[in-house]
Amino acid sequence: MSFKKTVEEINEKIKRGQAVVVTAEEMVDIVKSEGVKEAARKVDVVTTGTFGPMCSSGAFINFGHTNPPLKFFEVYLNEVQAYGGIAAADVYIGATQPSEDRGIEYGGAHVIEDFVAGKPISISAYNKWPTDCYPNTELESLVNKETVNEAFLFNPRNAYQNYAAATNSSNKTLRTYMGILLPNYGNVTYSTSSQLSPLLKDPEYRTLGIGTRIFLGGTIGYIAWQGTQHNPQRKRDENGIPLGPAGTIALIGNLKEMSTRYIRAATYTGYGCSLFVGVGVPIPILDEDIAYKAGLSDEQIKTLILDYAVASNSRPVVKEVTYAELRSGWVEIKGKKVKTAPLTSYVRSREIAETLKNWIREKKFFLTEPVAPLPKDTVFKPFTPYRKGAE
Amino acid sequence: MRKKIVLNFPPRTVTKPITYHLVKDYDLIINIIHAKIERGETGVLVIEVKGKKEKFLEAVSFLEKQGIKVQLLAQDIDLDIDKCVECGLCTGVCPTQALYLDDEWHIGFDKDKCILCENCVQACPTRSISLKI
Ligand code: SF4
Ligand code: SF4
Repeated sequence: MSFKKTVEEINEKIKRGQAVVVTAEEMVDIVKSEGVKEAARKVDVVTTGTFGPMCSSGAFINFGHTNPPLKFFEVYLNEVQAYGGIAAADVYIGATQPSEDRGIEYGGAHVIEDFVAGKPISISAYNKWPTDCYPNTELESLVNKETVNEAFLFNPRNAYQNYAAATNSSNKTLRTYMGILLPNYGNVTYSTSSQLSPLLKDPEYRTLGIGTRIFLGGTIGYIAWQGTQHNPQRKRDENGIPLGPAGTIALIGNLKEMSTRYIRAATYTGYGCSLFVGVGVPIPILDEDIAYKAGLSDEQIKTLILDYAVASNSRPVVKEVTYAELRSGWVEIKGKKVKTAPLTSYVRSREIAETLKNWIREKKFFLTEPVAPLPKDTVFKPFTPYRKGAE
Repeated sequence: MRKKIVLNFPPRTVTKPITYHLVKDYDLIINIIHAKIERGETGVLVIEVKGKKEKFLEAVSFLEKQGIKVQLLAQDIDLDIDKCVECGLCTGVCPTQALYLDDEWHIGFDKDKCILCENCVQACPTRSISLKI
């Protein structure tokens, strides 16, 4: 007998305090011990979590208007250049932008973290083209999150579905966004919370989509759109799990309400800045298929180890591995025992899934139906120069 | 006192029983943390020394007379757990597993295993690891 639940029914149960909410890790155990039928019947919501570096992150901030007004055409926050080529006083600060004075040791991600922490931020803005309505040409001041108007995180590409692991076959150390890769397969790094990771637990985007309410940076946020480079058509295994990077989501949420526990700046030596972003997505268990996939374990989820010694966008595959192998601390490559290390904090990913679970249990968080689904047919192209007559 | 030092041996002294002298003649307790000594090449020995301060200073001048370069090491690696996000990336570059993830996925640091190679200092994305002098 198969049965179905609706998001509305689950929300009613949350209201009555009767919803059964478990983390994705707990779901793995429930499916293992009680079977998928019983798990689907019993569990209403599975919470996921991830806390890893997500380069494609940034924030829109509106600083309010100076008197006389100024267009912030060239703007720096703590000496980090931001983008002001939109309406006056609106600025986008990107996580990976290095600062003018400290380079990658302090960048956009650090500005965002300091802003969230409530620290004062220096702003300098210039306009070389003053106009009748925006006559001001220069501004230098301090601001913080209390002095500005809106501030929202808007991350174009987060929560990558199954990012590939990295290693290095060459004889020199590589410094990459996957961390320091030691020579001669000296280590392997991987960037996911695997069995806790949002897009691995609803791999075919059946319950999450545009408009889905989520945990973001310690507060409530939303899925705004499919992320950039969303690549749903990647080859998938029998469970619908893509082998290698596939889906992505664009996220939005109120930066002022976020916490530095879940928004943290990072610098990868020799590469640059990034931002640790805490993301948790609730998965309503509407039927057995959703329950089965939300209960997939690290033994059942595979990824590829790529060789970063080849600086190309089609890096050779060294090996296919399960996350159980990666998380054991060691994998075998060409007969050699190689140390593995995560970029994503597993313990803090778990904490996010737990926090979201508690929010739902305490009736502070209700589930949403997507306003529109994530596309399943888009194609991720490499850079393609326009050639006349090629169309 | 207790200090970590690096000894750089010129090729010809390598075979001399240096640590024997440190123990016998200067009453020092030696703990070898890391050794890379190959015949005919410059050798490196990282040791922790415990003993009396005067004896230690005498031992240092003895070593220097043998043509050995003695370098005092920053005492320890310091992990700032408030800054650390417990990602675990540092564990992948630590040659001795002094840094490790425990069963609950919390970061752990076993000071005794650390050879002060400083790999982790560069690798940590939140700059939570530093040398404590
Ligand atoms: S790399 Fe840095 S932040 Fe990550 S676990 Fe190690 S010390 Fe903590
Ligand atoms: S200094 Fe080297 S040995 Fe010590 S903890 Fe760091 S990486 Fe490990």
